Amino acid sequence: MINFQYLRASSPKSAIDGVRTDLSAQFIAGGTNLIDLMKRGITAPPKLVDINNLPLRDIADEGKTIRIGALALNSTVADHSLILKKLPLLAQALNAGASAQIRNMATVGGNMMQRTRCPYFYDPSLPCNKRAPGSGCGAVAGINRMHAIFGLEPVPDQHVCIAVHPSDMCVALAALDATVEVWGPGGNRTIPFTGFHRLPGSNPQKDNTLQHGELITALRLPDNALATHSHYLKIRDRASYAFALISVAAALDLKGKTIQQARLAMGGVAHKPWRLTEAEQVLIGKPATEATFREAAQVAMRGARAFEHNTYKLKLAPAAIVEALTRAAG
Amino acid sequence: MSRVDGRLKVTGGATYAADNQLTGLVYGVLVTSTIAKGRIKAIDTQAARKAPGVLEIITYQNAPKVPGYEAKPTGQTRVDGQEFRVFYNDEILFNNQPVALVLADTFERANHAASLVTVQYAQAPHQTALRPNLTKGTKPKRADDYLRGQANAYTTAPVRVEQEYTTPINVHNPMEPHAATAVWQDANNVTVYNKTQAVRIAQQDIMKAFNLKEENVRVHSPFVGGAFGSSSRVWPQEMAAILGAKKVGRPVKVVLRRDQVFNMVGYRPESIQKVGIGASPDGKLVGITHEAYGLTSSYEQFAERIVDPSKSLYSCPNLNTTYKLVPLDLSTPCWTRGPGESSGSFALESAMDELAYALGMDPIALRLANFAENDPENQHPWTSNQLRACYERGATQFNWARRTPAPGSMRDGDWLVGLGMSAGIYKAGRSPATARATLLADGSLLVQSATADVGPGTYTIMTQIAADVMSMDPAHVRFELGDSALPPAPGQFGSHTTTSVGSAVYDVCLSLRQKVLELASGQAITTRDGYVELLRQKGMPQLSVTKESKSGSEEKTHSGKSFCANFVEVWVHPVTGQVRVVKVVSALDVGKVINAKTARSQVLGSVVWGLGMALMEEGQIDHRFGRYVNKDLADYHLPVFADVPDIDVILIDQPDTILDPIGAKGIGEIGMIGFAAAVANAVYHATGKRIRNLPITPDKLMA
Ligand SMILES: Cc1cc2nc3c(=O)[nH]c(=O)nc-3n(C[C@H](O)[C@H](O)[C@H](O)COP(=O)(O)OP(=O)(O)OC[C@H]3O[C@@H](n4cnc5c(N)ncnc54)[C@H](O)[C@@H]3O)c2cc1C
Repeated sequence: MINFQYLRASSPKSAIDGVRTDLSAQFIAGGTNLIDLMKRGITAPPKLVDINNLPLRDIADEGKTIRIGALALNSTVADHSLILKKLPLLAQALNAGASAQIRNMATVGGNMMQRTRCPYFYDPSLPCNKRAPGSGCGAVAGINRMHAIFGLEPVPDQHVCIAVHPSDMCVALAALDATVEVWGPGGNRTIPFTGFHRLPGSNPQKDNTLQHGELITALRLPDNALATHSHYLKIRDRASYAFALISVAAALDLKGKTIQQARLAMGGVAHKPWRLTEAEQVLIGKPATEATFREAAQVAMRGARAFEHNTYKLKLAPAAIVEALTRAAG
Repeated sequence: MSRVDGRLKVTGGATYAADNQLTGLVYGVLVTSTIAKGRIKAIDTQAARKAPGVLEIITYQNAPKVPGYEAKPTGQTRVDGQEFRVFYNDEILFNNQPVALVLADTFERANHAASLVTVQYAQAPHQTALRPNLTKGTKPKRADDYLRGQANAYTTAPVRVEQEYTTPINVHNPMEPHAATAVWQDANNVTVYNKTQAVRIAQQDIMKAFNLKEENVRVHSPFVGGAFGSSSRVWPQEMAAILGAKKVGRPVKVVLRRDQVFNMVGYRPESIQKVGIGASPDGKLVGITHEAYGLTSSYEQFAERIVDPSKSLYSCPNLNTTYKLVPLDLSTPCWTRGPGESSGSFALESAMDELAYALGMDPIALRLANFAENDPENQHPWTSNQLRACYERGATQFNWARRTPAPGSMRDGDWLVGLGMSAGIYKAGRSPATARATLLADGSLLVQSATADVGPGTYTIMTQIAADVMSMDPAHVRFELGDSALPPAPGQFGSHTTTSVGSAVYDVCLSLRQKVLELASGQAITTRDGYVELLRQKGMPQLSVTKESKSGSEEKTHSGKSFCANFVEVWVHPVTGQVRVVKVVSALDVGKVINAKTARSQVLGSVVWGLGMALMEEGQIDHRFGRYVNKDLADYHLPVFADVPDIDVILIDQPDTILDPIGAKGIGEIGMIGFAAAVANAVYHATGKRIRNLPITPDKLMA
């Protein structure tokens, strides 16, 4: 770990100013991911701008939308009565992530920005195109049990990245049509959640579309009719405190047995939370039966491709989709 | 009785190895290799030397000489071969090997400077994978092939099972990382505060390394935050601290990072095992063949007792075992809770379950049909054996009777329910141990022995044994351990602390009581005031007795073992492949139970270890680099609370009247012997899928 400068910002503007001028500077929120990365020498920002004093913690019902401040803690959001009532899928996803202690420190903005847990990314002595562009992908011919099956465009070796985005919260947010509010040196903007994270393409070092110096201030989630029938299913190697092998966020709006609306997203399968819009289309207007769910799962799996140690995901992912939809409908 | 050190531990008053803040302390941080084999071409320490606070950087080029490193291996050590020599030469023998020690005035500065050291290597091809190297396997010096009756007789049996089972690398991963603080009082006197299960062994190792006399080396380790075998020899952190302290003439502390704990302090070696087992249709065993491969380093042979359970657990006329070690470019493995027995019993007890299915027989009935009345390995009578009671009481408590044998035949809602069981056997014995008991002028009793308490409750149990013999209030008894200057005791491993040191404490207190009786002219004293008065009358500042205890002829005439029967209920989700262990009953014969609370805790710990071994623990190495890829506690999965079910511990609690004077056998490891097999057997019962390669993760059940 190197010596670094530490500033505590008192306003969003001063925070942004503190970071924009220095290309290697970073915001720090809960620190649960950033400090680990610094200790391991994966990132070495010479300057940290602490944003914890900014007034970005509120969770508010704004009528048609629910607004969640970027500094709201993962645990606060998960326990909030408004979220439990209107967005139980989000609460479930949050509670499926990390440990109680980490959720008590982790913020919503930090959760979105967390880096992959790919072991090759985490060890500076191993090759990784995301960490050290051009060094190669350690995982593609290595231990890739946790890795992606979707969003893998053919690219030259020096760009290959099969890492997955590790967040649970983000899978629910992708399903729930969230938008991200961002303030930055170039002004304020809104990013649809599914456009926030990106696929590796030929630029795997970039996880998302946020520009340097841009500060996430809030999330907005549209009110919906999906609260009664939703389920977040996380499959992992132990009962708690493990990243997902596969996770599925499923939400349905049912009229009788008929599906009016459907939302479906997967985690642990791609470089970004993997929204399954085509599979959703299959569900709409159909009865909520196993046959329907299977059909959706089949569509969802189009284009999937596996590596030596993650072929099980080709079987587990569709099974998980059916299971999550079944539980959501039940 | 509750733990006597419980309060100290939960209030932070217990001093662990890394807690020693000596005056003038210097912090050492290890720089480690990023290749698995080859030579160091160059080490550039210039930038690091210029970093603030840096006092010195030690590499093989400037390390103080270790005379013991030049000596020929004597074969007197517990592991054959040439021990790993820290900062000795330019050779790289395993990945993450220490290559430099950065010494600075604060930990942060040492850590920062360590990141500035750059090393260039001449890489050589390495081999770290067991399976492709099986042909290089050789019989270890310390493990002989075994045969009774006919070899491979199982092949002639009408009903037989022949399968391969594998267990991966498991890493002890105690909560407390390994640490050592060393200080040289002068050129010939060194004191080390470390994390060890055996202060006397650490002392001997350091004496040998530096050519010092016993009185010149002092090792302190009063509290240990879990060790499980990983602190039973001197490792690089001790050597680095000692060398660092020598170089800078100040106390030096070295604490391992979690990823270094994976490479530097041993681990449970991977195994590939073949078990053939045959029976007649009534379930009588005809023959067992158990062939095991383990891995070791390129420089030492670490042999474990992997085939031992097969030799003794069942009455079986024909039995042959072989064990081969494959040297690889990894650090040397070491004893890991139930070393050998845990992996070996997974194979044996899985195969027994497969045999029960092949015979159409209940797994308990099969085991009872082959109950061994004597130890089949040597025909010696058992010192005691309550295994039948373990089966019986465990089965009742678990309600084994509800089990319908067909795989997949039991359900609860969406979940498949499986009930599995297994048996376990583990050596019970004792080593010579000495204890000193001193009656002090204030009427309290001080008992001392150079043993350790790595968590099982040794402080408590020894206090209790002494208080019982002396008829004293335990509050007036103090037990001291973890100091090499105390009367010698064996290390705390092999589940023999209570039998060895407990017996020494018992014997020495008996002698002391006798002395008191003599002094008091035959009048028994039972109160503290009584003792105060006696010492005052006799004009004695204190009264001290030291005594060694050891086993007698029974060691040659009898066979001592602890036994257990493990019962496990799993729920397996048919869609997601997730396994939840919902109930465990462990019934154990550990001889007399000295302390019900600490005994139960030992079994709870063993069961949690067994769960980890069965379902999630696996040290993963990317063999292209010979380097671990899951070297932290986020990626190397240990059970968390949510994984741990109700655990019923049944202790048969019948004293062993032959093994030792206190009736105990041993309890630290037996609870995990066979346990992983009980889980795998339950998973088979639930799903019809036999997982022979640990750990049983959801992907394997999906395949
Ligand atoms: C052992 C472990 C297990 C875990 N398991 C899980 C799991 O199972 N599921 C899961 O989903 N997560 C898991 N996590 C990850 C955890 O959710 C994240 O570490 C956490 O959400 C990060 O939030 P933070 O506030 O601490 O971020 P920080 O560490 O403070 O920051 C992370 C990044 O976000 C940037 N950042 C923070 N806030 C903003 C903002 N407002 N605008 C712009 N950039 C910002 C920072 O600059 C930094 O680059 C685990 C973490 C650990 C350590």
